[in-house]
Amino acid sequence: MGLKLDQKHLDAIRRHGAKDYPAECCGVLLGLDAEGVKRVRDVVPLKNLRHDRMRAEALLPLGAPERESERNRFLIDRAEIRRVEEAARSRGLDIVGYYHSHPDHPARPSDYDREHAWPWLSYVIIRVQAGEPCEHSSWVLADDRLSFRSEEVEVVGGEPGEKISTDARSQRRHPSR
Amino acid sequence: MGVKVIIPTPLRQYVGKQDAVTINASTVAEALSGLTVQYEALRKHLYTDEGKLRSFVNIYLNDEDIRYLQKDQTPLKDDDIISIVPSIAGGLNLRCICR
Repeated sequence: MGLKLDQKHLDAIRRHGAKDYPAECCGVLLGLDAEGVKRVRDVVPLKNLRHDRMRAEALLPLGAPERESERNRFLIDRAEIRRVEEAARSRGLDIVGYYHSHPDHPARPSDYDREHAWPWLSYVIIRVQAGEPCEHSSWVLADDRLSFRSEEVEVVGGEPGEKISTDARSQRRHPSR
Repeated sequence: MGVKVIIPTPLRQYVGKQDAVTINASTVAEALSGLTVQYEALRKHLYTDEGKLRSFVNIYLNDEDIRYLQKDQTPLKDDDIISIVPSIAGGLNLRCICR
């Protein structure tokens, strides 16, 4: 399995990560499974419901609410998932994965990510360090739910976005640290 | 006759690549139980080891979340459609943020 996306898709994820920093951003990857490679055709940024504490708690309660917030948790409402999935199907596409940012933390999945994942899907994580989007990675949950395995990400087409944010702090690309 | 359970794309690999499975059941609990008895490998992705529905897994009956009906005791009638919809969640390891 692997994930293939256009440079413009990656740029959109990076922009979203920078824009929502220091909160976590999140969104959906739409595409198709082509002979074991998930080919992304569109990226849909969605709202991190953790900004709305009451609604988020009603949907998926937190274990340690005094330490958890939109800065270290993201949540996408299942009604949004239904809406996006239905719209995707009408375009002949499917949800092939999700992305989210790790503000000031490595682009590696946490236990919390693993506990809330399903297999087959690609979980793309981007590190956003001090507001600057950095390295990304993609992960697939193992069948036994005990681990994530790293997945190859192929980025095709176009040059990396020179301008990754409308915010003045993010006018240049930073190398991965 | 029976109810149709729509299987989400990531879980179709556990039900012979079908996009829906028909189950005879009179409540949502019976339908999900029937589904996971028939397709055992599906079970751990819907339920915890303690047998509770995973917190991020939501069940819809037709267009209504069952938490606003009678939860898993919601009665079913023939031709009802059950959908399994995840709330997508994630974040950081809390031990990483305790500085």
